[in-house]
Amino acid sequence: MLSKVFATIAVAITGSILLYGVSDFPAFGDPHSPANAGVPGSESVSLYFIEESYKDTKVPNIVTSVLADYRGYDTMFETVVIFAAGMAIFAILRVVGNKEETAAKAAEEDSFTNGDHNRIIVGTTVRIVVPVIQLFALYVVAHGHHSPGGGFQGGVILGASFIIIALAENLNAALRRLSELNYVRLAAIGIFIYAAFGIMAQVLGSNFLDYGALQPIFMTDGPEMARSHSMLGVEIGVAFTVTAIMFAIYANLASRGQLVKGL
Amino acid sequence: MIFAFDIIILVFLVVAALISLNVKDLLSASMIYGIYGFLICLLWAEMGAVDVAFTEASVGAGVSTVLLVATVFNTRRRSSD
Repeated sequence: MLSKVFATIAVAITGSILLYGVSDFPAFGDPHSPANAGVPGSESVSLYFIEESYKDTKVPNIVTSVLADYRGYDTMFETVVIFAAGMAIFAILRVVGNKEETAAKAAEEDSFTNGDHNRIIVGTTVRIVVPVIQLFALYVVAHGHHSPGGGFQGGVILGASFIIIALAENLNAALRRLSELNYVRLAAIGIFIYAAFGIMAQVLGSNFLDYGALQPIFMTDGPEMARSHSMLGVEIGVAFTVTAIMFAIYANLASRGQLVKGL
Repeated sequence: MIFAFDIIILVFLVVAALISLNVKDLLSASMIYGIYGFLICLLWAEMGAVDVAFTEASVGAGVSTVLLVATVFNTRRRSSD
């Protein structure tokens, strides 16, 4: 009881100090605040991105151009982090062996073979909705450098479309569409696509992930459009990895690493 | 920035966070955590950070709720030891 009183007092004091600090903040969206414009002597890079990123890359969505081009190295290893998270899930949860027995049991309990009519409405709805979700996910990936979206969001939506199949029918139905071997391959291919853009730029005599050097490959007028096309390419790579790992994490969590039946 | 909209979202946000922390049932807690994620998504969209809001809607409110529910379904109250 006493510790609760002390904790409440500590929280109240910390909260009031934080609120007092907030009153000194610059106004919301102030372009001349230190975070946006920097201080005299060390100007911030945000103004450069706002003014020059469209001229540099011909990509209207500044967020995507910063994420996939100016900070492409950072994003590449973010994708590697997601891949590593998926591998950690495999290492912790995946159970190998004893599979024939559990698979036979799962086939016995398959809702569509033994006529579980409660799932007909859900199953039919999902069958109608899933193509729309997947089409939207592909649009989010393909249009990510012109509107909000990109590889991470599109990949998560695409992965969610497989999860929704697993939720509505069972895990085996989703694994028939994206098997374990295929999603591990997909996750690795995604990172390879991203790294390939970097290495191609190196081969053509520029820095790693300097997309402007890819102009001869894309046969564009200037390096700007090459950067725009390369951003789409690396977003596709990110989407591959994220799709595969999102579904892999769900499949391993829901089936306790057995990859049969699921929830 | 619409002030009234901000206040409504922030009040619901605090309420959702408190309920999600205090409710005893883990399944309800994870569902309310999904509501919390969706409210944060609304807040970001309203502040003009559409890309972040999009990510929060798909990851925070969508997939992570599903992952939490999947985990809750695989837990039991009693230990099997």
